[in-house]
Amino acid sequence: MGLEQYKGVFIYAQQVDNVMSSIAYELIGKAKDLAKDLNTEVTAVLLGHNVSGLVDGLAEYGADRVIVVDDPELETYRTEPYAHALASVINEYKPDIMLVGATAIGRDLGPTVSARVKTGLTADCTSLEIGDFPLNPPENGEQKHNQLLMTRPAFGGNTIATIACPDNRPQMATVRPGVMQKLEPKKGAKAEVINYNPGFTKNNKYVEIINVIKQAKSVKNIMDAKILVSGGRGVGSPENFKMLEELANVLGGMVSCSRAVVENGWLPQDYQVGQTGKTVRPNVYFAIGISGAIQHVAGMEESDIIIAINKDEDAPIFEVADYGIVGDLKKIVPALTQALKEELA
Amino acid sequence: MKIVVCIKQVPDTKGGVKFNPDGTLDRAAMLAIMNPDDKAGLEAALRIKDETGAEVTVVTMGLPKAEDVLREAMAMGADKAILVTDRVLGGADTWATSSTIAGALRNIDYDLIITGRQAIDGDTAQVGPQIAEHLGIPVISYAEDIKVEGDYVIVKRQYEDRYHELKAKMPCLVTALSELNVPRYMTPGGIFDAYDEKEITVWGRKDLKDLSDSDIGLAGSPTKIAKASDKVRKGAGEKVTLDPSESVAYIMGKLKEKHVI
Repeated sequence: MGLEQYKGVFIYAQQVDNVMSSIAYELIGKAKDLAKDLNTEVTAVLLGHNVSGLVDGLAEYGADRVIVVDDPELETYRTEPYAHALASVINEYKPDIMLVGATAIGRDLGPTVSARVKTGLTADCTSLEIGDFPLNPPENGEQKHNQLLMTRPAFGGNTIATIACPDNRPQMATVRPGVMQKLEPKKGAKAEVINYNPGFTKNNKYVEIINVIKQAKSVKNIMDAKILVSGGRGVGSPENFKMLEELANVLGGMVSCSRAVVENGWLPQDYQVGQTGKTVRPNVYFAIGISGAIQHVAGMEESDIIIAINKDEDAPIFEVADYGIVGDLKKIVPALTQALKEELA
Repeated sequence: MKIVVCIKQVPDTKGGVKFNPDGTLDRAAMLAIMNPDDKAGLEAALRIKDETGAEVTVVTMGLPKAEDVLREAMAMGADKAILVTDRVLGGADTWATSSTIAGALRNIDYDLIITGRQAIDGDTAQVGPQIAEHLGIPVISYAEDIKVEGDYVIVKRQYEDRYHELKAKMPCLVTALSELNVPRYMTPGGIFDAYDEKEITVWGRKDLKDLSDSDIGLAGSPTKIAKASDKVRKGAGEKVTLDPSESVAYIMGKLKEKHVI
């Protein structure tokens, strides 16, 4: 089947406005482990226009090699020229593994490219390892070694599945930001650079960008916070969120929220934790006035410590909280903030 | 103008999940709803229909009971419904699913195909873009807004910190976010029509066009499940009911114990 021709662990080095997205470095971090197990190298694939300045950063974070596709058509992300570029790189350089960030770009580029090169794609992987498929030697048929085993939650986080792609190459996976770790950068590290251009011809799949509207990002990323004070519908009003903000401030943390809060327009989507929001893994997660729907829990259950405050003793959040307090958040939260101010003074 | 909306019947993920021995989902055993992103896509199509008189066809691939979501769609206002169902299609990953649905869509005239961004069971967000790839048409994912202007769609395409306003010539495929709109309710008259007047077309394997057996079902899926299990949920910890000042003392105690403060 020629699968042995496919070698190397490749990652898609996502850049926006010629700034590297952190996910690229995180993917390299994981790719290095996989490459070590497979006795092979890590290659970063960089698509864009005038992006050569980003190559050194990729090398410093661990890429052995960078394939650069630099073309005016790639100035701003659009599905089609980008899919053509990445699929062409894959067909030309034949990676064994291709990792893409599960971002708004990656979750569009990944499936389009995997279908184009006729391989499988596993989305939102939380862990990646080299192993055997099937896991146990089967009665009939072979057991393949050195396969990429991709683990991911499905069903709103109710199930964990481990998936392989034994008969197609490359084995493709997407990984959400914040799941894998980037390595310490090695200043001055250099990578082999290959410049490649498959040629771009406009076809019916090219769309026109009429406008790019950036949304003022005054909010820091909740995924970076070590302590999150998260509020749900039970907080009652946008004004009441000030209580949570004060608690977050005294702890050096950040405020976040459930989907209901975003739907009510109390906070922007940047603050949303959950299946359709962000996945967070802080040291401490305060779930305040949050009922604990599966889709929310899926976004925060990896927190080290979960403290829930809710006046409903039957709220599902108490099934995942380490410490559950049944009570009135409007009384408890300000008092807690006060107690902390005194303690930490 | 003809719009096709691909919808999926999904297990309501608030319930528990069940598996077959081969690791695939035992969908027959669970409570089912129309996938939320798909419903938003359907609503977007119905709003275009309200404005322009477009014809809306809903298509689903699933078990025979997936007929329920087609009836629901028709009760909301969809004109036609197609159920693609066949034993050999089961256990499909996103490659096989998208190949199958493309095989069905090749039989229909369409200007615009709308799918949901992702389903709440698979959570992959892959099938929409892959259907577009199989059909050779442009795809615009993560649509926050969809407008039709002559032969073109104008879509607000969402990214983490910005959006693009895109213009694409039809035929094309757009994937909808549930943030797109608040879907309408079914009307009593709509429900009557859906069950009494309107018919569902049922297609099996033989009705699908330009589709190889090696691209369908479990056997046609390049991704294979090595193992799947119910997540061992982080178990419940302690739960206390105290007055506010005792609650504060309790929390302070735990924060100190765990060296948070």
